[in-house]
Amino acid sequence: MAKIVTQDLNLWYGNFQALKSVNSSFEAQRITAIIGPSGCGKSTLLRVLNRMNDLTEGVRTEGKVLVDGSDILGAEADLVSLRKKVGMVFQRPNPFPLSIYENIAFGQRIHSGGIKKEDLDALVERCLKSILLWDELKDKLNKSAMSLSLEQKQRLCIARLIAVKPDVLLMDEPCSTLDPQATARIEELMHELKRDYTIIIVTHNMQQAARISDDTGFMLLGELVEFGKTKDIFMAPKDKRTEDYITGIYG
Amino acid sequence: MKRNPHLTQKIAFFLLLLATLLIVVPVGLIVVIIIQKGLPAMNWQFLTDIPRQGMRAGGIFPAIVGTAYLVGGAIIFALPIGLLAAIYLSEYSKENILSRIIKLAIINLSGVPSVVYGLFGLALFVVFFKFGASILSGALTLGIMILPIIITSSREALESVPDSFREVSLSLGASKWQTIRHIVLPNAIPGILTGTILGLGRAAGETAPILFTVAAFYLPQLPGSIFDQAMALPYHLYVISTQVPNVDEKIRYGTALVLVLLVLFMNLMAIIIRSKLRKNKKW
Ligand SMILES: Nc1ncnc2c1ncn2[C@@H]1O[C@H](COP(=O)(O)OP(=O)(O)OP(=O)(O)O)[C@@H](O)[C@H]1O
Ligand SMILES: [Mg+2]
Repeated sequence: MAKIVTQDLNLWYGNFQALKSVNSSFEAQRITAIIGPSGCGKSTLLRVLNRMNDLTEGVRTEGKVLVDGSDILGAEADLVSLRKKVGMVFQRPNPFPLSIYENIAFGQRIHSGGIKKEDLDALVERCLKSILLWDELKDKLNKSAMSLSLEQKQRLCIARLIAVKPDVLLMDEPCSTLDPQATARIEELMHELKRDYTIIIVTHNMQQAARISDDTGFMLLGELVEFGKTKDIFMAPKDKRTEDYITGIYG
Repeated sequence: MKRNPHLTQKIAFFLLLLATLLIVVPVGLIVVIIIQKGLPAMNWQFLTDIPRQGMRAGGIFPAIVGTAYLVGGAIIFALPIGLLAAIYLSEYSKENILSRIIKLAIINLSGVPSVVYGLFGLALFVVFFKFGASILSGALTLGIMILPIIITSSREALESVPDSFREVSLSLGASKWQTIRHIVLPNAIPGILTGTILGLGRAAGETAPILFTVAAFYLPQLPGSIFDQAMALPYHLYVISTQVPNVDEKIRYGTALVLVLLVLFMNLMAIIIRSKLRKNKKW
């Protein structure tokens, strides 16, 4: 069964309809890329999946979003457990102005009160290892996260997220502020993480989508035009609009 | 006649300079005069002794202690309320009638003359709640007076914490209150502290609010409880300057110097904290 399924998902910002009857399904242990021109609703779709759109005023949704089979759009959905399960990495690396250690420990401090020091130490080590920064940072755990490079910050944000043990990682253009080398290393990391997580990444960069994703969805003006294996979308798009976008007509 | 732009500019510069000097010179003069005339009175005994001989000799210790009590009491009352109000306004309230009424009230509160606070304190705390003229009444009155300062500066401090921090925290499953408690507040503390100290300085220097609510004319002993009257520096200064004949100039200016130093010191603290905050602004 797919990890996340959207059924006839519609979303309005006031009177403006930003998502139009989106049907999609995101599989576990795969990377799904969402591509499309600016303003087509990629971030909007991503933010529905863990209800971050609740923070925006005047948003209305219709349809269903099933995570592990249960609808998360209903009023009775438990936001805390949803967001623990479906976490988000933002476009701009945004660590808290705390130490590296405290950034990673944040989720645990919030979610499980009196946690033991050695458990927390172990957690921090495990998370830093999983983002491949342990060796680099193990002697600087008490330094401010603000002193890190952009790439390190973005990795730290991923570690901070992993620390709350999510199943799904939503990434909204996570590499758009990074240089090509750093981007390549983050992509490598995503490959590593794919084994344990469902990853959904929004990207402007079609090469990136082609490189790293297993599935791809192409959006245009709030519609999910085409959704399928990345290979198929890029090599043999069924829809004319997908083909036009892939071949660079929309830029 | 054609105007000479060069000359116009010079005249403008001159006028601007003059206006600036008009502000700076009196301030400088006041400080210089107070220091010059007050410094001779400064000694350990002046600071730690009670007033003697109908306030014509001795020290001002009870007034210093009284002011400290009043300022401390005002902050104990005003900081929690002001901070909670600021958190409500910046984090919870939506733009609606209630929040607009609150904001309007705060603006009006900060524009009320201090003597009106004095009367209000007299009516509410001294008479209605029957606290009498006491440290409690005075501190509450001063507390209400500095509420707008604390609310406004706390709100600014809270609002200057970037929304992206709130967003991440919520996206990690934190509740709204956890987000405020763990992320927003710690980052706003320097700004809140600055506003609080500015409020303290204001509370320490005002005479009118304490005039009817707490100030004792002459009380050469330390207050025993919060229901006692107390002397306070600004009122003591007023008394020895206008109500008691033949007080040595030295004592009057000495009292003024202590008061000015106290307020300057607090404002200096606020400035230092603020500039520190600017320097290691972390985002
Ligand atoms: N808070 C909002 N209020 C009103 N309209 C919004 C809001 N957020 C987004 N929109 C509109 O919804 C549409 C989709 O926005 P969204 O941010 O999802 O696009 P996107 O595909 O992520 O674009 P980009 O590639 O530029 O990030 C856009 O037309 C945008 O103007
Ligand atoms: Mg976007």
